[in-house]
Amino acid sequence: MKNARVKNNEPIATEKIPVADYEAFLEEIVALVSSPACHVASYFALDAGDGAVKLVCCIADDDAHDIALLSSEVEKNGVLPSATAHAGVFERFEREIAENTDLVFDGHPWMKPLRTAPDDYPFYHMEGEELHEVGVGPIHAGVIEPGHFRFVCNGEKVLHLEIMLGYQHRGVEDLFLEKRRLNQRAVLAESIAGDTAVGHGVVFANAWEALCGHGTSRRCRLERTLASELERIAIHTGDLGAICGDVAYQLGSAVYGRLRTPVINFMQRWCGNRLGKGCVRPFAQPFPFTKELGADLLGTLGAYERDFLELSAHVKHFPSVLARLERTGVLTQAQAEEIGAVGMAARASNLRRDVRASHPYLEYGWLDHNPVTKHHGDVLSRTQVRISEVEQSLEYARRLVAELEALPEENAPAAPRRAAANSMVVSLGEGWRGEICHVAVTDGRGELARYKIKDPSFHNWMALALAVRGNEISDFPICNKSFNLSYSGHDL
Amino acid sequence: MTGFALILFAALFFDGLIVRTKSVCSGRKGPGVFQPLKDVARLMRKGAVYSPTTGWVFKAAPIVQAASVVMACAVIPLGEYGALLSFRGDFVFFAYVLALGKFFGIVGALDTGSSFEGMGAAREALYSMLAEPAFFMVVGSLSLLTGFVSFADILPAIHLSGAMSCAIAVVAAGVLLVLELIENSRLPVDDPKTHLELTMVHEAMILDNSGFDLGLILAAGYLKFAMYAALIANLFVGSVPDAWDVPAFLAVQAGSAVSIGVVESFMARARMNHNPQFVFALTSVALLLVFGVLLAVGNFR
Repeated sequence: MKNARVKNNEPIATEKIPVADYEAFLEEIVALVSSPACHVASYFALDAGDGAVKLVCCIADDDAHDIALLSSEVEKNGVLPSATAHAGVFERFEREIAENTDLVFDGHPWMKPLRTAPDDYPFYHMEGEELHEVGVGPIHAGVIEPGHFRFVCNGEKVLHLEIMLGYQHRGVEDLFLEKRRLNQRAVLAESIAGDTAVGHGVVFANAWEALCGHGTSRRCRLERTLASELERIAIHTGDLGAICGDVAYQLGSAVYGRLRTPVINFMQRWCGNRLGKGCVRPFAQPFPFTKELGADLLGTLGAYERDFLELSAHVKHFPSVLARLERTGVLTQAQAEEIGAVGMAARASNLRRDVRASHPYLEYGWLDHNPVTKHHGDVLSRTQVRISEVEQSLEYARRLVAELEALPEENAPAAPRRAAANSMVVSLGEGWRGEICHVAVTDGRGELARYKIKDPSFHNWMALALAVRGNEISDFPICNKSFNLSYSGHDL
Repeated sequence: MTGFALILFAALFFDGLIVRTKSVCSGRKGPGVFQPLKDVARLMRKGAVYSPTTGWVFKAAPIVQAASVVMACAVIPLGEYGALLSFRGDFVFFAYVLALGKFFGIVGALDTGSSFEGMGAAREALYSMLAEPAFFMVVGSLSLLTGFVSFADILPAIHLSGAMSCAIAVVAAGVLLVLELIENSRLPVDDPKTHLELTMVHEAMILDNSGFDLGLILAAGYLKFAMYAALIANLFVGSVPDAWDVPAFLAVQAGSAVSIGVVESFMARARMNHNPQFVFALTSVALLLVFGVLLAVGNFR
């Protein structure tokens, strides 16, 4: 079976996506993901009418820098052999499809509810005189989102962790179809995961502009890239502070906490919102990046960088902190590959997976991004990756500001009103947490027929569950914080 | 009586001073010195909420805990001022009346049936158990050095007259200070500031306590701080002129509060499975003290 290949943000007519019978489709998707360069960006079901369902699989190929698209039409309430039985990366996707349709995946090893959080959730259970279970959540101590964690422990040692999510399910994908105005959709995109407002906002804007055949100006692309990198700096800094806080290292927690503030305050001065909401809108940037803002940002980053580098150099070599971070919460490279981990967490496990390098969008091609990787996959590696990525983003931010200053200010061209009919576009972006994937499908009138969202947390919650195995239960919070996954991004 | 009153007085400031130190070290404005007291006063005015799974043990536990600390304070003298209570072997009473309070804390936590509280209780029991030998080695060696068997006699008899007695006093003070950290669940053994139930030791044990009961437990904690610092102060007040007893006592109290604050500002918490090693290391330092005293009294040839 053949597959159609598209670049990131390249629209394709729906009829050009090859349709195969399920056996050939299954064989092909399993064969594709067996290559370490390939992972599933999105896999979802479309209503094809006439009692049929169309399964569409988008597999990102990091070596060829493109996305393989293939599909299969199956009966609405059919029983299909599971792909998860052959490749673990399909685990969550098949659970999602099974939950949203009448399809049944035969041979799926872990078929459980994904986003419904029922009272009778079938937790994995272990029997033993010396074992005990610890349930945490869904209400947590602290201002965080709801999710239930069930540990099976032998004394202090965690044997198994199961994470039940779904408390935050808002039906975001359906809301995208319901809310027809562009601004409403842009606001929705920013609310998928509150800490990735710019990340999801950019991916949505790119997807919609691609469907409309609208080419954004270089200035607009530079501004969006800058906003993405500032978001990365702010969130990584906040998380580094939280990691220090979880090991009770007050100096790190206080200083990183203070450093995050000037960066988000700059976003407030730029777009009126500290989390960057409203900064990115399709077709034109509502808040132009002026020369004054450029000088302001360079001053802010200069003061930030001096303290950040000093503290980070200290934290990376401070024995009392290292003793907590080293060899804690190890996610091996093999595990990361098997579950299709993405983003910063994957890179800390030596998996060179970064959309900015493999499927460049905005101005990342111009920046010539080179991903940071670490080998050990422990909390320390994830901390080091975050520190290095902040340093990298600081350099990018300076280059972007310099480039923006050299460009003349411009008036945005008139935006096209309609999206292409019967089209589909896959838009990938690298949020601070990892790969964000939005797939937009239009119907015969150019209206959205399906809007499929995937936050990086979708893959990486499993990474957290694997990483805490064999660790002490008291180390779970720092493992959790080192990933810092989104509940609402997963639950949609 | 004076000693007992001074311990109560020092307890009013102790935790506030730690918090102030931490605020200053991290460049924060932070709450005032009396904030912990205000918190206790606020809690004392509130009613408590009891889970239906708990019984009388859970309700009795905070009272027994607080009472045990008060009783333990009563046997501590201040230089020549003497203690409220004093009898032969009262340091054994001191150790075990505190253990009784801790025992009630633990069974009270188990009474709630919560897995968090069970984990916290198991951890706290382990560290207290491991820390006990260190305490008896310190007090035992001081008893051997002075030839007395009651706090009220032992402590005033310690005079820093030579290099050996100074060394013994300093090592004993060090061991007692670390014991204070362990028994009060502070860094590096426990993190009193954490909101994460899974990493808590002492805090996990009192998750279900509220209102008056919680206020009582907190107040007992402050008193316990001052109590250990009073023991440390007593190692030194015997060597200062009588008029300086009270200022020296208060200086040692403030010094130990500030040093705890500094430790907590510039150090991360230890990994939980390293805590037993840490406590054992303390025991071996205490053992050094025993040998030092044996050398000093000349029984060790």
